[in-house]
Amino acid sequence: MASLFDINVFGLFGQLLIGLINGSFYALLSLGLAIIFGLLKIINFAQGALYMLGAFMAWMVLQYFGINYWAALFIVPLAVGLIGVIMERFLLRRISNEDHLYSLLLTFGIALILQGVFTHIFGSSGLSYKIPAELKGGFKLPFMYLPTYRAWIIVVSLLVCGLTWYMIEKTKLGAYLRAGTENPKLMQAFGINVPLIVTLTFGFGVGLAGLGGVLAAPIYSVSPYMGADLLIVVFAIVVIGGMGSIGGAILTGLAMGILEGLTKYFYPEASTTIIFVVMVIVLLLKPSGLFGKEA
Amino acid sequence: MMTGNEKIRIRDLHAFYGESHILHGIDLHVMQGELVTLLGRNGSGRSTTLRSIMNMVGRRTGSININGTETLELPAHRVAHLGVGFCPEERGIFASLNVEENLMLPPTVRSDGMSVEEIYEIFPNLLERRFSQGTRLSGGEQQMLAIARILRSGANILLLDEITEGLAPVIVKKLGEVLVELKRRGLTILLVEQNFRFAAPIADRHYVVEHGHIVEEVAKHELEAKTPLLNTLLGV
Ligand SMILES: Nc1ncnc2c1ncn2[C@@H]1O[C@H](COP(=O)(O)OP(=O)(O)O)[C@@H](O)[C@H]1O
Ligand SMILES: [Mg+2]
Repeated sequence: MASLFDINVFGLFGQLLIGLINGSFYALLSLGLAIIFGLLKIINFAQGALYMLGAFMAWMVLQYFGINYWAALFIVPLAVGLIGVIMERFLLRRISNEDHLYSLLLTFGIALILQGVFTHIFGSSGLSYKIPAELKGGFKLPFMYLPTYRAWIIVVSLLVCGLTWYMIEKTKLGAYLRAGTENPKLMQAFGINVPLIVTLTFGFGVGLAGLGGVLAAPIYSVSPYMGADLLIVVFAIVVIGGMGSIGGAILTGLAMGILEGLTKYFYPEASTTIIFVVMVIVLLLKPSGLFGKEA
Repeated sequence: MMTGNEKIRIRDLHAFYGESHILHGIDLHVMQGELVTLLGRNGSGRSTTLRSIMNMVGRRTGSININGTETLELPAHRVAHLGVGFCPEERGIFASLNVEENLMLPPTVRSDGMSVEEIYEIFPNLLERRFSQGTRLSGGEQQMLAIARILRSGANILLLDEITEGLAPVIVKKLGEVLVELKRRGLTILLVEQNFRFAAPIADRHYVVEHGHIVEEVAKHELEAKTPLLNTLLGV
C-alpha cells in the first residue's frame, strides 16, 4: 500500500479515470433502474442483461449489416428500448396488479434467458469491438494520458444523465413522471394516459441500459455475463443512493465509481468490496439510502 | 331517457373494493348548472360514489352517463376528457411538484378553461407561492390549488369531495363564494359535504347517502320542512 507521502500521481489519476468510467456506467444503469422503479415500483433485474444485449447488438449490426458505431449509438438504444416497451406491454402489465415479487421474478427470468441464449450462440469467452477510428488515440495531460474513447464515455454518459435529469425535473413531461410516481390513480382521473407513460418510461429506462452497452462494447469484452457482474454492483449503488431520487442515482453512481478507483490506488485488496462496505454502512445508518425519502 | 341538459345520470350503481361491496344501487342525476350535494355520515359511500364516476374503484356495475356518454366501460383516463374535474378528499397535491406545476398538471379537457391569470386573480395566494413545493402550502391553500387546477383544465362538471374539511371559517367562506361564482358561470357541481351549514344556502338539491344507498332527496324549497329528518339522518 502506498503511503500518503509517496503518491504516484500518474497511478492515482489513472485509477481515478477508471473509477470515473466505471462510475459513468453505474450512473447510466442506476438512473434507468431508478426511473423504472419510480413509476412501476419494480426492480428490473433484466437491466444488466439489456445492457449486455446493447453491447451484443452493437457488435451484431456491425458484423452482419456493416452498421458502424455512430449509427449503432442511436439505433441500439432505440431497439433495446423497443424491446423494453414490448416487455412492459405484454408481460409486466399482465401481472402489474400482483405482488411486485412476481414482476421481479419475471425480469430475473428474462435476464437468465437472454444470458443463456447469448452464451449458447456466442459462447462465454467474449467478442471484441473496435474503437471507432474517430475516437482512437488520446490526449497527453500534464499528469496523465487520457485515451479519447474513455473521455468520450464520460462525456456521453454525463450528458445523457444530465439531460435525463433535466427532462424529469424541469419539463412538463417530467412533471407527469414525478406525479405519476406519487399518485398514478389521480393522474388517470385528470385524463392522463398513465399506462402509456408507464410503457414509455420502461422503454426509456432500459434504453439507457442499451446505450450503456454500446458505450461499453469497445472497451470491455462483449460477453453474455458482462451485465450480470455489473448489475450486482449497480444494485448496491441503488441501495446506497436510495430509490427515491433521479439526481441521487446519478451522483451515487459516479461517486461510487470514483471511490472504487481511489480504493484501487490506496488499498487495492478492498477495491471490489468497498461499495458493498458502504452499502452495509448506509443500510445501518440510513436504510432509505442517502437520497431516499424516509419511510 | 336522457334529457338534453342532464350532465350526470347514474343508475343502479354498485361498486366494490376487492370483495367489499360498498355501493348498493345508487341512482342520481345532476342537471347542467346545478349544484347538488351528497350528504351522509362518514363511511356512507359518498367518496366512493365520486371515485366510481372517475373509475377509481375496483369494480362497478350499473350505468354512469356523463354528458350523454356511457362511461362504465371507458378507461379511467378517458373520463376527464368528457369535461369532468375531480377534487379528491385528500386533495391530492403532488409533493414532487411546485404550485405552478401542480396547477398546470391536468391536461386541458375543454377549450374554455380559466386562464392562469384569472385563476391567480381568484386565488392570489397561489400566485405568491407559485414556486413553493405543493405540499408546503397551508391546508386552505392546498384546497384552493386542488380546485384551481381542475378549473384551469376547462372541466365544467366538478366533483368536489369535502372541500371545507378542516379549514378555517374565513377560507370556508371564500370557497363558498367561489362555488357561487362557478355556478353563476353555468358549471355543474356534485359536492360531497359534511358541513351542512356550508352546503345548504348554495345547493339546489341534496341527496342523503346511507350504507351505499340514496335514502333521501331534498330540494332547496323542501329544506325547511325536512330539516328535522336531515338532522336525524346525518346525526347532527
Ligand atoms: N380503498 C378502500 N378499500 C376498501 N374499503 C374502502 C376503501 N375506501 C373506502 N372503503 C370503505 O367504503 C365505505 C365507504 O367509504 P367512503 O365512500 O369513503 O365514505 P364517505 O366518503 O361517505 O365517508 C367505508 O365503509 C369504507 O371503509
Ligand atoms: Mg369521504
